[in-house]
Amino acid sequence: MEILMSITVGVLFMVGTYMILTKSILRVILGLMLMSHGAHLLLLVMADLKAGAPPLLGEDATAFSDPLPQALILTAIVISFGVTSFLLVLAYRTYKAHQTDDLEKLRGTADE
Amino acid sequence: MNSLVVLPVLLPFLVGSILILLVKRHALQRWISGITMTALLVLSIILAVVVYQDGIQISELGNWEAPFGIIFVADMFATLMVVLSSIVGFTCLFFAFRTIAPVREKYYFYPFYFFLLTGVNGAFLTGDLFNLFVFFEVMLIASYILIVHGSTNYQLRESFKYVAINVFASLFFIVGVAYMYAATGTLNFAHLAERIDEMEQTGVLNVIAILFLLVFAMKGALFPLYFWLPRSYYGPPAAIAALFGGLLTKVGIYAIIRMFTLVFNHDPTFTHNIILALAGFTMFFGVLGAVSQFDFKRILSYHIISQVGYMVMGLGLYTQLAIAGAIYYIAHHIIVKAALFLFAGAAQKITGETHLKKMGGLLGSHPVLAWMFFITAISLAGIPPLSGFFSKFALILSGFEEGRYIIVTVALIVGLLTLFSMIKIFMYAFWGERKHTEEQSQMKIGSVLLPIVPLVALTIIMGFAAEPIFQYSEAIAAELLEPDVYINSVLKE
Repeated sequence: MEILMSITVGVLFMVGTYMILTKSILRVILGLMLMSHGAHLLLLVMADLKAGAPPLLGEDATAFSDPLPQALILTAIVISFGVTSFLLVLAYRTYKAHQTDDLEKLRGTADE
Repeated sequence: MNSLVVLPVLLPFLVGSILILLVKRHALQRWISGITMTALLVLSIILAVVVYQDGIQISELGNWEAPFGIIFVADMFATLMVVLSSIVGFTCLFFAFRTIAPVREKYYFYPFYFFLLTGVNGAFLTGDLFNLFVFFEVMLIASYILIVHGSTNYQLRESFKYVAINVFASLFFIVGVAYMYAATGTLNFAHLAERIDEMEQTGVLNVIAILFLLVFAMKGALFPLYFWLPRSYYGPPAAIAALFGGLLTKVGIYAIIRMFTLVFNHDPTFTHNIILALAGFTMFFGVLGAVSQFDFKRILSYHIISQVGYMVMGLGLYTQLAIAGAIYYIAHHIIVKAALFLFAGAAQKITGETHLKKMGGLLGSHPVLAWMFFITAISLAGIPPLSGFFSKFALILSGFEEGRYIIVTVALIVGLLTLFSMIKIFMYAFWGERKHTEEQSQMKIGSVLLPIVPLVALTIIMGFAAEPIFQYSEAIAAELLEPDVYINSVLKE
């Protein structure tokens, strides 16, 4: 399971990197989203995947999974959700103001 | 449970939330912000005094003990940074009252101003790696909004790049946290330090250390990751640019110093030499950027980069004197840099320009502005007896003691070039032929300059009272180089 998840993380990072390097604003945002999903999954994988055990330790519990990474991922997902929605609005406003989504054209002049 | 430690984080957060509700009432917003900021300044000074007298203060939220619960730790370094952030926040806020356009005030300027301070203070005071991430995000989200606030075309274009690079850095922060948790099984700073001390394997730790260095270097604008800074700090109005220039990159530097004295002190010959090399390149390329520019705000932005290099140089040398010099330098830099950005804002308010070749003769029409700028500028360049001299002196002296002649040479050359570019601003903008209209030169700017006076006074005081302030910095450096004190007071062993 860990191996499979590690490969998934790797693929997410790979696709994300490719998309960040493109010129379109929207693709850059999608790339950042995919990479943050990759980072969140990595956090889960790094803390040992366990199947079938709740993150609770009762009196007679035989197995439990570590609750900390789950709490961390939840926080990180919420943050990345907020930031992504802001980024989308910002990209839309940038597009409206400059009438282009091509980052090459959004470079600005050299003497600025 | 010591609630004084949490207050510098809670107070701006609560007030920011309340201000959202009062967004239509400008005068009330200003009154509340002014009073809160004063209270925050007083509070942070009280906290610093308490910590100086009684040692490290800790607040365990919900009374969960240290490695399990979320904790806030106020040691001398953290409290010094909180005091500095309050000073800069205070002056920039009062400067904003005078200069910020009413339309910007209407769109939630003050709430986000306080949320930014919440994030900054939280990042300084937290004792937990993941909480550091959270407070970084609080700070960054507020900064995204402030940097694009006003939505001019330039701001929209450059803010997108600023946001993208910071989102990218943050996701590597999560990756770093994940690796750290896998390697050590904890995220509490003190607990991490203890576990890492026991670990035999330094190879994997070096990888994690470099990953964190990458993350914080992106936020703190170290070579070669500083490219986003000059353009994005050019866009927003002066009060925001000053707050950013003074504070934001320094949060990254604070995190680097904290991590590489407390947690990653296992292999200084590897990590700290990399930091030292980065410091040299950062200083040199930053100052070259400044020399090549002809725009008031851009020169200042490039100087942020070169001066971040000095701070990191102190960490790279890793002796008590060097770290004390770096801390003195951070204090000096935050104050002076904020003041210089505010002067740029004042000059822009008079002439409507920030390009040096379109300015001139401000010395004739506004002598007070000109001389106050001159004092601050030569303080930045490191002319005695102002604060810039003593901090650089300590850094260079310890460089000689350690026999690191290359970095010392670079630092001295950079100092000279800093002086050159500051004089360039003074010659073009303040000397020379008057290029603004008669009406503009009659403009009264006393009320704009008043909030900057405390900053100028502080750089003079820090120069003349160098002895006690340097002793304070040395105490902080000693505390940073003795992580056991921190660990023991957090884990109560």
